[in-house]
Amino acid sequence: MTAALEARDAVLSFGETPALRGATVTVAAGEILAVMGPSGSGKSTLLHCLAGILLPQSGEIRFGDRRIDAMSENERSTLRRDHFGFVFQFGQLVPELTAEENVALPLLLGGVRREKALKSARPWFGRLGLDGLEGRRSGELSGGQAQRVALARGLVARPEVLFADEPTGSLDSLTGEQVMDLLVESARAEGTTVVLVTHEARVAAYADREVIVRDGKVTSLTPEPVLS
Amino acid sequence: MLLAMSVPLTLLGLLEREPSHGYDLKRDYDAYFGRGRPLSFGQVYATLARLSRDGKVVMDEVAPGEGPERKRYVITEAGATEVDAWLVEPVQPEPHLQTVLFAKVVLALMLDRPAERYLDLQRGKHLQRMRELTEIKRSGGLVDGLLADHGLFHLEADLRWIDTTAARLDALAKEVRS
Repeated sequence: MTAALEARDAVLSFGETPALRGATVTVAAGEILAVMGPSGSGKSTLLHCLAGILLPQSGEIRFGDRRIDAMSENERSTLRRDHFGFVFQFGQLVPELTAEENVALPLLLGGVRREKALKSARPWFGRLGLDGLEGRRSGELSGGQAQRVALARGLVARPEVLFADEPTGSLDSLTGEQVMDLLVESARAEGTTVVLVTHEARVAAYADREVIVRDGKVTSLTPEPVLS
Repeated sequence: MLLAMSVPLTLLGLLEREPSHGYDLKRDYDAYFGRGRPLSFGQVYATLARLSRDGKVVMDEVAPGEGPERKRYVITEAGATEVDAWLVEPVQPEPHLQTVLFAKVVLALMLDRPAERYLDLQRGKHLQRMRELTEIKRSGGLVDGLLADHGLFHLEADLRWIDTTAARLDALAKEVRS
């Protein structure tokens, strides 16, 4: 196994409030890692650092052999667009766009022509049980449907890493299970590495391994993967 | 433990569907309720013998010369009444106030040992079992999935207790050391 992502002694404070106090974690390529922890423990901040959205004040963040923390904002933006996918708690679909356009959005932002982007988006509707909903806007979708559209959007560009922050947090447990089933199935099929932030043990149980963030530090509950 | 105690009633319930041979009862019990703990034939026949002694089941159609396996067991009215009474009686909620884990946490605090580490080890063990049950849910049918769900919800409740306890370890330490 090789490391897809790594944080080494990451420290980050928001004003006087420390969020990460030397967080260290390794995510193996193709691994589904659950990041657990109580509210305010720093788990979402850790995800944002690993994804290059936030920069630690000290410590290192690596994607493969590249130092994310040493990149400019533009480089990180390109990295996120070309290599990472995202799913958030409330889907955060663009309300003015149809479901199909929402799914195609990462491709459109990456410069893919509209027709080609929409063509790539379409198969995801069948795969995620969304057939017939391509033309609907987010207000016309149920919570579970919207979250599956968000999942398709996160995966459409075939990212190397999918960051999922409480992806079932707004759903009832049965709908949440469907979304997790699809997320895990799709990630396994594509070989996508997944960083899954959740406070729910039932959601974390879909992952290969879990770590817990407590007071800005990471504790591994199971052995770290052996990396080559 | 609870399931072991309900074996006679579960077999009676299976007999209420239709009269059955011991072999068929074992097969159905193992398929629906065994889950890695199949009944032995000895247990099945001993249970049926007790149920017969107590008038809950009777045997019919013992074909001459065909051996005990040809015995077919039929539930009696007394047996059916017992199944009915068992089904409508809610299972006793078990608060598990004196769990081994609770004892370990309190003792660890009393002895100034790393109670939080023990809770983390337990958390890891629980999550490992939850991963196994989730995989059963994902790859199995509805019966397996619902049984796995039962386990998952109980493990999740334990984990909530572990989280709450972990958050209150300092206060608990003061109380048990005073």
